[in-house]
Amino acid sequence: MAVVELANPSRFLALAERLLPWLAGAALIGFAAGLLLVHGAPDDYQQGATVKIMFIHVPAAWLGMAGWGLMSVAALGTLVWRHPLADVAAKAAAPIGAAFTFLCLVTGSLWGRPMWGTYWVWDARLTSVLVLFLMYLGVMALWRTVEDPSRAARAAAVLALVGAINLPIIKFSVDWWNTLHQPASVVRLAGPAIHPSILLPLMVMAFAFLLLFAALHVAAMRNEILRRRVRALMLMQAQAAPGSRP
Amino acid sequence: MNLGPHAAFIVAAYAVAALVIAGLVAWIALDHRAQKRRLGAMEAQGVRRRSERSIERPA
Repeated sequence: MAVVELANPSRFLALAERLLPWLAGAALIGFAAGLLLVHGAPDDYQQGATVKIMFIHVPAAWLGMAGWGLMSVAALGTLVWRHPLADVAAKAAAPIGAAFTFLCLVTGSLWGRPMWGTYWVWDARLTSVLVLFLMYLGVMALWRTVEDPSRAARAAAVLALVGAINLPIIKFSVDWWNTLHQPASVVRLAGPAIHPSILLPLMVMAFAFLLLFAALHVAAMRNEILRRRVRALMLMQAQAAPGSRP
Repeated sequence: MNLGPHAAFIVAAYAVAALVIAGLVAWIALDHRAQKRRLGAMEAQGVRRRSERSIERPA
């Protein structure tokens, strides 16, 4: 079946029903394996056991950014092809991306207090991630403010594309400015700077988080399609009511 | 497992992660149930989508 054919809400609902149990099951297995590896991972020679916070902080940060990236790609689908499933994908991704960005900020603070001596500092990396979280809240508010879903989708798509400028700022903030946050140690041209005994649990946890994100996103998209069907039926009912204008 | 002098921060981080994930899962599951209930209620009143009506009444 072509991808274009799957971009039909009814076909997507059927696919989601089949896909969701597998995604959820794979995420559960991923987390079980990841947490087992985290349990056996050695302490960092400088940071001690607090390095265990990295196994949730880093995947949450990656998914917080990936969520906005997904919304930006969906925004192109909305603005260029005006595809309703692109609107649905963007709207469903916003609260999930916001939750992972929130998790990144909180776990980062909890890691920062024992290592840096402070929960928060206004450096470029932390501030740009906070801006990402605020943008998520903004786009969610926009979806709720504009009643017509297609108009809301176009406004949210413009905001998503403009906000995508923040993604490279987050990624390269540690290189462009003098920050308290450590520089990139996994995704870098010279390869990962982390010992395999810590890198492996991190990658397994990241994969488990990715599967969880995918499962939550597919489920949230399914909910949004149903919500739009309810809205369409309510409009039909209102139009068919006696006294309504033809 | 010995988490050292900063155990409270590590446990708090994992607890927040568990809460956030559980909250997301619960919210999406409850939303799905609510949408299914609303859709069922509309269909029980005889309001159906045009595509479904055409399936019920073939030409």
